[in-house]
Amino acid sequence: MSDHKTISEIEGEIVEEFSLFDSWDDKYEYIIDLGKKLPPLDQKFKIDENRVRGCQSTVYLVADYRDGRVFYKAESDAVIVKGLISMLIRVLSGQKPDDIVNAPLNFIREIGMMTHLAQTRSNGLLAMVKQMKNYGLAFKVKDSFVNQ
Amino acid sequence: MIESATIQNKLDVYSVRQQFPILNREVKGKPLVYLDNAATSQKPQVVIDALVNYYTDYNANVHRGIHTLAEEATMAFERTRDAVQQFINAESREQVIYTRGTTEGINLVSYTWGRQNIKAGDEIIVSTIEHHSNIVPWQILCEEKGAKLRVIPINDKGELLMEEFEKLLNPKTKLVSIVHASNALGTINPVKKIIDAAHKVGALVLIDGAQSTVHLDIDVQEMDCDFFVFSSHKLYGPTGIGILYGKKDLLDAMPPFQGGGEMIKEVTFEKTTYNDLPYKFEAGTPNIADTIALKAALDFVNEIGKEKIRRHEEELLAYATVQLGQIPGLRIIGRAKEKVSVISFVVDSLHPQDIGILLDNRGIAVRTGHHCAEPCMRFFEIPGTVRASFAMYNTKEEIDELVNGLQKAIKMLS
Repeated sequence: MSDHKTISEIEGEIVEEFSLFDSWDDKYEYIIDLGKKLPPLDQKFKIDENRVRGCQSTVYLVADYRDGRVFYKAESDAVIVKGLISMLIRVLSGQKPDDIVNAPLNFIREIGMMTHLAQTRSNGLLAMVKQMKNYGLAFKVKDSFVNQ
Repeated sequence: MIESATIQNKLDVYSVRQQFPILNREVKGKPLVYLDNAATSQKPQVVIDALVNYYTDYNANVHRGIHTLAEEATMAFERTRDAVQQFINAESREQVIYTRGTTEGINLVSYTWGRQNIKAGDEIIVSTIEHHSNIVPWQILCEEKGAKLRVIPINDKGELLMEEFEKLLNPKTKLVSIVHASNALGTINPVKKIIDAAHKVGALVLIDGAQSTVHLDIDVQEMDCDFFVFSSHKLYGPTGIGILYGKKDLLDAMPPFQGGGEMIKEVTFEKTTYNDLPYKFEAGTPNIADTIALKAALDFVNEIGKEKIRRHEEELLAYATVQLGQIPGLRIIGRAKEKVSVISFVVDSLHPQDIGILLDNRGIAVRTGHHCAEPCMRFFEIPGTVRASFAMYNTKEEIDELVNGLQKAIKMLS
């Protein structure tokens, strides 16, 4: 697993990719493109239990724990949110619970997308970040019981 | 002669714009195009000055002090009441109750008049196009009392079905609480007809004037409503101050809302007697600065003239309706015959939030989402809309910007 990239390495890659864009339009075009490419979530996961509710857009998030790492799948009805989800999955999916819980996720600020995490109730993204970390925490706690 | 008279009656939007300092700012490197006026309007310099002057020159608590500052603050604070009385043509100044806003006004009536008068089996009527703040307080009351909330249906233009409303009315109907102009669709409801019909079965009527007071002439006596509520911040005034108007006999009979200073006549541990109107409903130190500045907003609107403002806004609405209507895939939600300057729309299967983000990226502020009117959105089977709402300072050029921005957003998202 030595080729495994750390959270901060992936964050660095994203920040570098975004530094190539000169305009906000280009940034958004890229995010929209990511959103369109995000694989759809299987219908069976689109249940209330997996729903992260925002005021405007809805996000469904599921997590799976294998070999000490957390794997996420998610979808939203809004494409820009989907693009941001795609980046969060790229950064956090396949990481260890401890690293997920402690990830500062600075890339969001550095690529200028902080407004989407602001407390405006406008989307489920902030709630989604929280939920992703909650899964990390839950798996961490589960592990500590197993190891006792 | 006719021509010059027409020009005189036309709003000089460019000189109006100069009164609003915020309109000079840029967003994302583009001049701000502010089309979220139904959420809150921007404030003219006179309102900002009134706030600054109060804190600079005569900040003091009202009603109690005998010193000069207290007297000046009290005078200014009470002058707003007179200005509001005139603005809505209330019978007397003590029928003008200061609240925090429309929501608090509705809650005040629900918690005082409602608790005292609503009993099990009684009915309260609202409509499908209400804001949540004119649904939830009544739901809470109905649940507590075992009363029933009934809902006036709408047609696909977003207009109330008046025959259905009349069928809902019966001797058990105790209150009809209706929005004057819908925040989500712009629909202007026929409040006079609603009030007359409700009164015939002995029901009272509360009118939610949050969206209407800035656009329409309000005459509570002619309307004959029992309660009328609105907020200052949607009519160019500060946030945190709103008005409840009520018929005097009703207000007199209602128990107080909150207990505290100001609302009492005499306090002993055995019995407290309450102050007269309007103070019975104004416990504690009020929002003095914002209340004072509300008068500056009302004076500002009066000086320009509501009629002139309304014609300007109607022109903008008509222009926007035509221009937006030409965008392929765009569907206007809410096509009532009578509308205030609010235009809500969806574009094919695009999510309103995506459109809103991309418009903001061009400095264009619109509102997206369900506009706190989820039952209304459910009727149209949509999660939400994009809403542009116009004020006295908006221009046709800004609507062109909106159309351009939309076309670009649609291209990016499709």
